[in-house]
Amino acid sequence: MNSAERKKQRIPTHEREAQRRKEDFFEVNLGYKESEAVNEAERCLQCTNPLCVKGCPVNIDIPVFIKKITEKDYKTSGDILKQYNYLPAICGRVCPQETQCEGACIMNKMKDFQPISIGKLERYVADWNRERTDSKNFTISKVTHKRVAIVGSGPAGLTAAAYLAERGYGVTIFEALHLPGGVLVYGIPEFRLPKAIVRREISDIEKLGVQIKTDYIVGRTITIEELREEFDAIFIGIGAGTPRMMGIPGSELIGIYSSSEFLTRINLMKSYDFPRHDTPVRVGENVIVVGGGNVAMDSARSALRMGQTTNQANHDVYHPNHVKVVYRRTESEIPARIEEYHHAVEEGIEFHWLKNPVEYIGEKGHLKAVKVQHMKLGEPDDSGRRRPVPIEGKFEVFNADTVIEAIGQTPNKLLLESFPQLKLNRWGTIEVDQNLMTSVEGIFAGGDIVTGAATVIEAMGAGKQAAKSIIKYLSDKLTSTETTEQIQTKGE
Amino acid sequence: MSYTILKKAQLAPNEYDIWVKAPQIASHAKAGQFVIVMADENSERIPLTIADTDKKEAIRVIYQVVGTSTEKLAQLNEGDALSNCAGPLGKPSEIPREKQTLVIGGGVGIAAILTIIKTLKENGNHVTTILGSRDREHLILEAEIRQIADETLVYTDNGSAGEKGLVTDGMNALFEAGKQFDAAWAVGPTIMMKFCSLVAKEHDLLIWTSLNPIMIDGTGMCGGCRVKVKDTIKYACVDGPEFDGRYVDWDILMNRQKQYLKEETESEHVCKLGGTHPSQTKGGESE
Repeated sequence: MNSAERKKQRIPTHEREAQRRKEDFFEVNLGYKESEAVNEAERCLQCTNPLCVKGCPVNIDIPVFIKKITEKDYKTSGDILKQYNYLPAICGRVCPQETQCEGACIMNKMKDFQPISIGKLERYVADWNRERTDSKNFTISKVTHKRVAIVGSGPAGLTAAAYLAERGYGVTIFEALHLPGGVLVYGIPEFRLPKAIVRREISDIEKLGVQIKTDYIVGRTITIEELREEFDAIFIGIGAGTPRMMGIPGSELIGIYSSSEFLTRINLMKSYDFPRHDTPVRVGENVIVVGGGNVAMDSARSALRMGQTTNQANHDVYHPNHVKVVYRRTESEIPARIEEYHHAVEEGIEFHWLKNPVEYIGEKGHLKAVKVQHMKLGEPDDSGRRRPVPIEGKFEVFNADTVIEAIGQTPNKLLLESFPQLKLNRWGTIEVDQNLMTSVEGIFAGGDIVTGAATVIEAMGAGKQAAKSIIKYLSDKLTSTETTEQIQTKGE
Repeated sequence: MSYTILKKAQLAPNEYDIWVKAPQIASHAKAGQFVIVMADENSERIPLTIADTDKKEAIRVIYQVVGTSTEKLAQLNEGDALSNCAGPLGKPSEIPREKQTLVIGGGVGIAAILTIIKTLKENGNHVTTILGSRDREHLILEAEIRQIADETLVYTDNGSAGEKGLVTDGMNALFEAGKQFDAAWAVGPTIMMKFCSLVAKEHDLLIWTSLNPIMIDGTGMCGGCRVKVKDTIKYACVDGPEFDGRYVDWDILMNRQKQYLKEETESEHVCKLGGTHPSQTKGGESE
């Protein structure tokens, strides 16, 4: 391959071989080596009007951080990333780059060229800095006496917290579960996002002075009214926390999970490490996952990895589970990140397009089979994707002992019911204005609880936007109505 | 936050009574609610009913050892701390005022009715209580409840305390004596709650039962605790845990409770879930 030829194609990252990796939960993608990262960075055309930046929900100055890689100045490159993104090691791994920065890259429009691997470069720089520096070089600017409560420690909450803390605000995050991180901890599996990385990124945010209170269910352990007395502003970033389920006959049978339960058992409770961790997860040999998004891919690949090891003639033999994904549309409509889909295919997961479960068939209370209806694509719906239409009378039955439904989320009502003053829209999510302020003054919201289920980076973008609005709100309030006296009393 | 165990007592074989320092939970808890506890960071998240609260400082929980995580809990003594404790979760009991009420507790489920009885009394209700257990040794909180309730009947399987029989025998005896009630509660083994609900149904009596499906987060996030009530799917952790037992699909609940039987090695646990006897020792909320 000559050098001109090489420049057209992106440099692939190292990945663990599919046959080996499906036996465990270790990370699949191994990233770049230094020389590879530099070579990939050198492919960047350094556009003067970079489209990638516009494609990024937090508008990272992508050409500049890539330029620094070509100069092997990874430290500065990392500092640039951190100006825009507090969780770069996470975003480099889980962002759907193909529809964001990489999807916008000018090279897509050039014949035979592939876009720059921006995500993998971000990951390289973030990991380099994580492994070599004690903590991120955030600088905390002028200290104010204002205090902000953040509800939920997922990507939106963490980003809002970091942005505010860096600017001198006193920030406390309230998290309902026993570990902080939200979907990064309970949702995304270890083989895609190692939890040690999440812990490290969160501890960097704590070093900014952010307090994280776990086991705090806002609405129950502490009420919104109580938070309002103690804090000057509140940000709600609780995610879209209740599973949507098919609700078809047989849904109560043993073996049927929501993806939320299945992934929470595996990721948060570490049931893949049962009995060292006490929480079990029951996965049969024949698994059907319903859905075509990232959560469906994560569920399918986790189920595959929950196979059994048996000893045959003194050799441990691993038997991965048989996993099928059924999706009511086709391959071109799946919302999953393309990389996750490819990984799933490589690992041997079977995909069945244009099929939709209509009944779960059981025996003595246990799932035995799934009856699916065949579908065809009709007219485009609101999302622009062609609507799946059932083909009358055409059914098929798959044997299955486990089903994981990954068909989306609805808002978790626990907090919303305890504070009915918050105006909701017709989807049951929180209504906000253009500054992400809710119908209640001083209370802001962002991420999935506003938009419905979306991506980590979009939630981060919302967290940052809300933080900016909170700063503006608090400074406007200061100049217009508040006196210094009030600042002193609230700032204890 | 340190969830220190302030007091610990053993009530019966494998049943413990602890007071845990948790001011934030104590100051918000109401009758019928529960907490999720973890003994250490590798534990399961175990739902346990809040049996009592003390001066907004501490909560009381009573648990039975049924598996690895509750065994770890039992290893902790006064001065030790739980790794995690979150709550109060679930909807509070709907407490009437100045009514005739019947409250039934079976096994370790008796722990869960203590706060209900207290709150009913605070609201001027007349409270008749039926306590059931397998024998005298397993009968918990009897003295404490006798002090609060207006009337207390006791039934054991072998007659070693109170009458020989089941709590449903107590219900029938009360109805035969012409007693009338406006509302009832029953907390105990699932099979007990099912049969109490059947008796209540015959007498058109509203009966609140505290359901104990397998839970993980307790906040409505996982959907694992789904139960069928009046033909609708409900999440016990956020829509309950108390539901009118007359409309609960008990067979679905009992089937779903068996999901992890294989993984739970304790024999106690097996009889708790697979048992057919109403008075077998078993908790309000348990694993």
